[in-house]
Amino acid sequence: MSTVFLALQTNEETRPIIEAILQDNPSAVVDEQPAMVKINADGRLVVRRQTIEEITGRDYDLQELQVNMITMSGNLDQTDDEITLFWKA
Amino acid sequence: MAVAAVSKYEFAPADTQDKFHGAQLLYIGWEDHLLFCSPFAFPFPATMRFGDIIAGVLPGVFGYHPDFAQIDWAKAEWLKSGKPFQPDFDKSLADNGLKHKDVIRFRTPGLTGIKGSCS
Amino acid sequence: MDMTVAKKKLGLKERYAVMTRGLDWTPSYQKMEDIYPYIAYEGIKIHDWDKWEDPFRLTMDAYWKYQAEKERKLYSVLDAYTQNNGHLNVTDARYLNTVKLFLSGISPLEYVAHRGFAHAGRQFPGPGPRVACLMQSLDEIRHAQTQVHAVSNYNKYYNGMHDFHHAHDRVWFLSVPKSFFDDAITAGPFEFMVSIGFSFEYVLTNLLFVPFVSGAAYNGDMAAMTFGFSAQSDEARHMTLGLEVIKFILEQDPDNVPIVQRWIDKWTWRGYRVLTLVAMMMDYMLPKRTMSWKESWEIYFEENGGALFKDLARYGIKMPKCAEQIALEKDHLSHQAWSTFYNYAAAANFHTWMPDEDEMEWLSSKYPNSFDKHYRPRYEFWREQAAKGNRFYNKTLPMLCQTCQIPMIFTEPGDATKTCYREVDYKNEKYHFCSDYCKEIFEHEPEKYVQAWLPVHQIYQGNCFPEGTDPTVEGFDPLAKVLEYYHLEHGRDNLDFDISEDKKNFAEWRGQATKNV
Repeated sequence: MSTVFLALQTNEETRPIIEAILQDNPSAVVDEQPAMVKINADGRLVVRRQTIEEITGRDYDLQELQVNMITMSGNLDQTDDEITLFWKA
Repeated sequence: MAVAAVSKYEFAPADTQDKFHGAQLLYIGWEDHLLFCSPFAFPFPATMRFGDIIAGVLPGVFGYHPDFAQIDWAKAEWLKSGKPFQPDFDKSLADNGLKHKDVIRFRTPGLTGIKGSCS
Repeated sequence: MDMTVAKKKLGLKERYAVMTRGLDWTPSYQKMEDIYPYIAYEGIKIHDWDKWEDPFRLTMDAYWKYQAEKERKLYSVLDAYTQNNGHLNVTDARYLNTVKLFLSGISPLEYVAHRGFAHAGRQFPGPGPRVACLMQSLDEIRHAQTQVHAVSNYNKYYNGMHDFHHAHDRVWFLSVPKSFFDDAITAGPFEFMVSIGFSFEYVLTNLLFVPFVSGAAYNGDMAAMTFGFSAQSDEARHMTLGLEVIKFILEQDPDNVPIVQRWIDKWTWRGYRVLTLVAMMMDYMLPKRTMSWKESWEIYFEENGGALFKDLARYGIKMPKCAEQIALEKDHLSHQAWSTFYNYAAAANFHTWMPDEDEMEWLSSKYPNSFDKHYRPRYEFWREQAAKGNRFYNKTLPMLCQTCQIPMIFTEPGDATKTCYREVDYKNEKYHFCSDYCKEIFEHEPEKYVQAWLPVHQIYQGNCFPEGTDPTVEGFDPLAKVLEYYHLEHGRDNLDFDISEDKKNFAEWRGQATKNV
């Protein structure tokens, strides 16, 4: 399966999000670069609102991620609960 | 093929010879000497003697290269549009068959740039 | 009085439906083809515009909210950076030349992209892509503004940035990015979306922004880093738009596939040629390097683009053929580009220099198959000559490619010792190209490219001197007059970094910043 990735700015807001992604995606690998964190995963990567809320202890709207996103790869689907990146082939 | 357009799509080319104030464009490249990053473009009158380019123009253009002083012009091999070409140094550009926007290049056998790197 | 019961907030999907399709209407007294006159002539067939959906499902109200937050963050960083004399914290003054290149080469394109997406959005009958284009159009003008804003602080101290927009429309090498975008916005709305939305934003933008912004962070340039990341946060949405538009067009009708494939082939190559500037920036202009051009091409194009085209294979879309040639060029591109700017240092709005010994070692380790063999001897010669006071300044104008407008600096695929020459005769006029792909693009639409404003030819036609110049006077110096036309000051904005005012001032100011004077 091809790699999908999501790159986020390195800051306080993204720290729990990265933690949540790593919890929810066993194949996710973190690649730290100057001022940014790139998370690679095999074929599919999910960002779950509930996991982020559990870590931060506050309500989280996944659209907030717009502010800290740098780049991504893969097809995307966003709902109230999840952002999914995936390749179909 | 043609441009997909909502109406007739026809425009005059930007670089026809009439726009160059009596000159025509000639491009010249020196093979195996990429220290000069690209071939050059020159506006020359069609009546200009070919030898005057070699003697009068090229030294100022390529003279920085240590190989330039060693060129034996009698042995230089010429190409025009990639095909062998024999310029007559005493004839004009027009009489040598050179037209607007023609490209010529020369190879100088034995001279292959800085330390043989084609630079 | 009735009590109103607070309704549950709409979910993302319903909100998106209400705020996009829900705001559209079917015209009753005007014909669709009169309202959307540009939608048919490119040959693309769309049967159901409602099939298009933004996967982020971003609506205008949420858009304003998050964009405002991005702006607040950006300006607080920018203010802090400026208040702290941040410009003196960059690695060394050579770095500033990347900022000059970015401001004059890229920022004006952001503005043109703003116009392009506004135009494309207006032309699409579907509310989904229309709203997405509107957002992207607003993003792009924000990028232009924040970049100009961020760099204006550098302009107070350093040369070459004072009239970037004037330069963009005139300076020889800036015709490369300019003509690229002009080509895109003069195409129809669908080709524009494939060229900029897909090929540039999705396939190539990572190669521009990620290394540049990461490089800025690595070199202590917080201003560029912050506008870069702020712009990049929009980019993820643009990439998604680009990919969705492609999938949407391909799913609508099988007849669309060959048209889209040709556009992808064309625009991948056109975009790649523009990225020549980025290649040299990464390998030569960042004093502290993040990764080589070749490495970033391998990660972001070969690996990531490979995954993308594998995914698109189900529609019958193939990896552009030019990828093979690009793979051959990746060992050479940045070196050939830097040699070019070293040649023409007298005619550019930024400085160039020869890499020092450590940097040569780095280049040789990153490019083991090409650097020592082809480029090191050239550089060592230039360095020796410069040390003797004989720095090379090429004063003769180069031959340009009719399509990409880059000087003919590229070598034959597979042979780095031979310049690649291609030509075509079209209606009794000769045209020259740097590559098979630029030639193919011309041959497909010759009427478009015969109009190219090639800087070298324009100079020879006498169109690039200040008004009132008489080129026939005794001792006429064309380069001086061309620089005047560019609004560049000889000896200040151009020439080698070593003798520049930037270098001298930076050393002096940094000295003042670290000790009591």
